[in-house]
Amino acid sequence: MNNYETVFIMNPVLSDEQVRETVKKFIDHLKDKKAKISHEENWGLKKLKYVIQKKKTGFYYLLEFQAEGSVINNFEIEFQRDERVIRWQTVKLDKYAMEYADRRRKKLNEKSKSE
Amino acid sequence: MSNKTEIRYLSPVDIEKRKQSKYCRFKKMGIQYIDYKDPDFLMRFLNEQGKILPRRITGNSMKFQRRLAISVKRARQLALLPFVGDNLK
Repeated sequence: MNNYETVFIMNPVLSDEQVRETVKKFIDHLKDKKAKISHEENWGLKKLKYVIQKKKTGFYYLLEFQAEGSVINNFEIEFQRDERVIRWQTVKLDKYAMEYADRRRKKLNEKSKSE
Repeated sequence: MSNKTEIRYLSPVDIEKRKQSKYCRFKKMGIQYIDYKDPDFLMRFLNEQGKILPRRITGNSMKFQRRLAISVKRARQLALLPFVGDNLK
């Protein structure tokens, strides 16, 4: 079970409902491949630094999960097939990256609690 | 004629200012992982056009310069950093 982290950008023309539904679709895809989602982050609508498919902004979403190596291949195919997602990137996390991710998650939790 | 001729310098001797020794900030601060998700930190290692600064300027060690290059390329892929920017600073 390796640790992975996926960031994907969704088409800005989608409504909030469609964004949630897209995210849910990918999470369900992972769940039935027996992957464990450890952290999710919704960065919301952000300005892209260059134009992708004639779009200037996009909904960013971060997914951190543990999965088997074989799951990643068809997870990526799932992204290719879905035209609502304009860009995605899956990264394998090594132990330093995991430490960093845990620290970052703690910081975010404290920040959200303090608000 | 005193045999010890007085040494006259053609140009004023500039006192060699102490060359500030460069250090690898990652080793110094003990950073082990360069995150590709926060562009502000990565921006410091790019020049105005968004190109990665060479090691001789940033003073990074080879190990961390390679990791830095990988994370900058990942950030560019996710449109967090521009491939070619203008007046980024």
